[in-house]
Amino acid sequence: MVCKQVLRRLCDYLDGNLDPRLVEELSRHLGHCEDCNIVVDTTRKTIEVYCKSEPMALPDDVKERLDRALYEKLGWRP
Amino acid sequence: MPTHLANETELVTKARAGDVDAFSTLIRQYDRYIYRLALHITGNQEDAEDVLQEAMLKAYTRIGQFQGDSRFYTWLVRIAVNEALMKLRKRATHAREVSLDEPVDDGGRAPVLREIEDWGDNPEQRYARVELQSILDSVIERLEPMYRAVFVLRDVENFSTEETAEMLNLSVPAVKSRLLRARLQLRERLNKFFGKGKESGLQTGTPQTV
Repeated sequence: MVCKQVLRRLCDYLDGNLDPRLVEELSRHLGHCEDCNIVVDTTRKTIEVYCKSEPMALPDDVKERLDRALYEKLGWRP
Repeated sequence: MPTHLANETELVTKARAGDVDAFSTLIRQYDRYIYRLALHITGNQEDAEDVLQEAMLKAYTRIGQFQGDSRFYTWLVRIAVNEALMKLRKRATHAREVSLDEPVDDGGRAPVLREIEDWGDNPEQRYARVELQSILDSVIERLEPMYRAVFVLRDVENFSTEETAEMLNLSVPAVKSRLLRARLQLRERLNKFFGKGKESGLQTGTPQTV
């Protein structure tokens, strides 16, 4: 397997959807290609950091206007 | 992914019977997640706020149709995604921006990598939570809308490729190709913050094709 093929299979590899035979080939390539190793590792970390991220609380003004909309349309009072 | 309320089923039953307080408790649990999702897909705060309000109000009027065969949050996300896509399309028509439906002109070419740099372990720990969140948001904002929506649904909200394709009305291969590009572009942009040699803020990577 060459670098370009690794890149094309990157998502299937990271998502665990790659055929075992190809996983083996890809792992062999990673064993000697520093660049691909870094790309695989940093792409995995990119996914992880987003997956783990928690949103901040709703900004006060946004929350106030949502409350108002719920009150006007549904009659709900906070 | 948000923490789900222990009494979700009970609250849904009450909300279906018209209990506004129960409904409100349900949506409060998820409002910031829906707002972030809307912000990520639409790319601007004004639209995101509209989407948040419209999705919540629509959820209330449609709660009778919710059968409980998925999490309430999943159902809410689907409504919000629809609202966000409508906003995005409206903007695209007005501003002639690239629409979500426009085919990605990749001509089957492999993506090009410009910067390859090691991040070391736990690169995100270099930043405080608020700062990290703002980095992640600002980096995602710079992606094109068609990449943003796919990435957010797949990697932030954890939907499957098939579910993402269905929600965005795209083919599975289109989702896969956009996801790869989105992940690679984000990775490259995060180099600036997470790269080992970037503490000085200097760009050291040399352009290269893999």
